[in-house]
Amino acid sequence: MSKAMLNLQAVDKFYNPGSVHEVHAVQGLDMAVAEGEIVALLGSSGCGKTSTLRMIAGFEEVSKGSIQLAGRDIHRLAPAKRNVAMAFEGYSLYPPLTVQENIAFALKSQSLAKDAVARQVAEIAQLLEIEEVLERYPSSISGGQQQRVSLGRALIRSADLHLLDEPMGQLEPQLRALLRGRIKHFIKERGLTAILVTHDQTEANALADRIAVMEEGVLQQFDTPANLKNRPANLFTGAFIGEPPMNVFDAEVRSEAGRLVFGLGGGVTLDYAENEFSLALRAALLKKPQVTIGVRPHAVRITDEGAKAEITANQWLGDQTHIAARFAGGAIVSVEHDRTRYAKGETIGVALASEDLHVFDTRSGMAISHGGALA
Amino acid sequence: MDHMSPVEKGLRGIALSAVVLFFMFPIFWIVLMSLQTNETILRSPPSMVFEPTFRNYIAIVTGKLDSNVASMDITFMRNLWNSILLSAGSVAVALLLGVPAAYAFARHKFRGSEEVAFTLLSFRFAPPLLVLLPLSLYFQQIGLANTYIGLIWVYQLICLPLILWIVRGYFEDISPDLEHAYRIAGHSWLSTFRRIALPLAGPGIAAAGLLAFIFAWNNFIFALVLASADKQPVTVGALAFVTASGIQYGQIAAAIVLSIAPTLALALYAQRYLVEGLSLGAVKG
Repeated sequence: MSKAMLNLQAVDKFYNPGSVHEVHAVQGLDMAVAEGEIVALLGSSGCGKTSTLRMIAGFEEVSKGSIQLAGRDIHRLAPAKRNVAMAFEGYSLYPPLTVQENIAFALKSQSLAKDAVARQVAEIAQLLEIEEVLERYPSSISGGQQQRVSLGRALIRSADLHLLDEPMGQLEPQLRALLRGRIKHFIKERGLTAILVTHDQTEANALADRIAVMEEGVLQQFDTPANLKNRPANLFTGAFIGEPPMNVFDAEVRSEAGRLVFGLGGGVTLDYAENEFSLALRAALLKKPQVTIGVRPHAVRITDEGAKAEITANQWLGDQTHIAARFAGGAIVSVEHDRTRYAKGETIGVALASEDLHVFDTRSGMAISHGGALA
Repeated sequence: MDHMSPVEKGLRGIALSAVVLFFMFPIFWIVLMSLQTNETILRSPPSMVFEPTFRNYIAIVTGKLDSNVASMDITFMRNLWNSILLSAGSVAVALLLGVPAAYAFARHKFRGSEEVAFTLLSFRFAPPLLVLLPLSLYFQQIGLANTYIGLIWVYQLICLPLILWIVRGYFEDISPDLEHAYRIAGHSWLSTFRRIALPLAGPGIAAAGLLAFIFAWNNFIFALVLASADKQPVTVGALAFVTASGIQYGQIAAAIVLSIAPTLALALYAQRYLVEGLSLGAVKG
C-alpha cells in the first residue's frame, strides 16, 4: 500500500465538555488511509462516524489528538484551507443557483477556463444521470436528484480527500447499484482518496477497499470487507456485519476422549475431532471454558443428523430462504438458496462445521478463533 | 378555495369589505379633512359635500400657518426631513450592528448567548419614560442632548432588538451545511457570510428593516423629551397645530397625510416581505 494520505492520531471528540450533558462521541480514534484508497465509516446512528467526518472537514473541533492530510497538520486549519471536498447528507445546494451552476461553483477556486468547466460538468452529469436537470433549480428537482447533484459537486473537485456523507441514501435501488459501480470507477480512475459514511453494509462492501466499523465512538475494526466477514475482531463486528446477523450461543468447552466438545444451552452439544483445531487454540480454549460461539447463517447446514432443532419460521425472500429454528435454548437462522418445504414445528438436524465456527471471549467480546485457528 | 358556492363568495366579499372599510375609514376621513377648511370640518352635522381646497397643504409646504386670528410660522417640512433622517439613520445603524449580531446568535451558541439576546429584547419591555428621564440628564452632561447622533443612538432601543430577533430567525432557518459547503470549497468565513448567508436571509433583513423604519417613524416620546424643535420629527411637530386660537384640524390632517405617505408607500411596496417577517419562519421561501 502507498503512503498514508490521511492520518488520524488519538482523536477524541467531546460535546458539551465539562457539563452534565457531556458526550464522548469519538474515543481515541487512530486510523490511516492510504492514497487512492476508498474507506467506509460504517456504524449505526450515533456511533461517531459523522462526527469523525466533520472533524476531518473542519466543521467540528478536534477535542484531542491530531489529523494529518497529505503531510500537513490540518486539525487546526479553517475548512477552506484543508483542501477537502465533501458531499453533504442534506445535499446543501445553493437555492439561487441552477444545478449546472451549483456543480460548476465547486470549480470556482481552481480558476479554470469556461469550456473546461462546462466539459467537466457535462462529464459528471452524465456519470450521475442528471443531464436533464442541469438547467433546473434545486427546489424543483427530486430528493434523489438533489443528492446526485451534491455528490457531483464534491466529485468534480480536485482535492486531497473526498468526504461523502451517506452519498446514496435517497436513491432508488437500481440506480444505486448502477451508480456505485460508476462512482467507484470514477474515483479509482482519477486516483482520488475518499471516505464515505454509511449505515448500509452493501454500499460499504461494494464501494470501499477497507471498512471502519464504529460503535459508541470506538473503532471496532478497520479491515477489508472480506476480513470483516471472515475474521471479525470481536463479537460486535461479528454480529453487526452480515445479513441476516450471525447466530450466537454461549458455550462451555471441554475435552472428551480425543474430541473437543462445546456444550450449548438446552443440553445441545457440538463435538469435533481435536485435530480440527490447532494445538495452540485447544490450549487457549481449555483455559477459558466459558466462550461465545458464532456461526454465519449461510454456514448453517440442515441435515438429517446433527443436533435437533424445531422450525419456527420459513421465509422465502425472492432470492433466498431464511429458516429460523429453536436451537440450544435460543434461536438459529439458516439461509438456503432455494425455496424449502420445512413446515413450522418440524424437527430438523443442524450441522455446524468447525471451519465455520467463530469463537469469542464471552467477557471481553474479543475474537479467540476463526475456523479452527487462533484469531 | 377554488370550490366556493356563489353564496360563500358573496359573504366573503361582504366580510372583507367590512374589514377594509373599518380599517381604512380613519385614513379616508383624514384625507377628506385635509382638503377642507377648519369651518367646513367643524360644521354640524358633518357632510361629505364640500369644495376641496389645497390651502392646508400649501400652508404646510410654505411654512406659513394662517389661522383666522393670526399668521405664524411652522416648521413642518423640517420635521418631515428630521423624521426621514432619524428613521433612516437608526435603521442603517441597527442593520449594521444587528445583522452580524443576529448571525452570531444564530450560529454560535456561546456561554450566555441566550441571556444576552434576551436582555437586548427586554429593552422593549421597559416603559420608555423610565429610561428617558435619567437618560436626558446624562445626555445633557455629555453633550448628546438635542443632537441627531444622540437621538439615533436612543432609537436603537426600538430598532436593534427588532432587527436582531427577526433576522436571527431567518439565519437559523438556513442550513449550516449550506455555509459549510461553501467554506469547504475554499472560501473564508467572511465571504461565506456575505455570499451565502446574507443573500439567503435577504427577505428577512428587508422585512426587519422596514418594520424597524416604521416603528422609528412612529416614535413620539424619545424625540419629545430629548430634542428641541429643530431636531423633532413629524410626530412631535404635529403638536404645533394646537395653537392659541384653536386646533387647526385641516392642517393637522394635511400633515398626517404627508407624514404617513412615506411609510405607507414603503409598506405597500414591500407588503410580502412584511408579512413574512412578521410571521417569522412560518413562511419559508
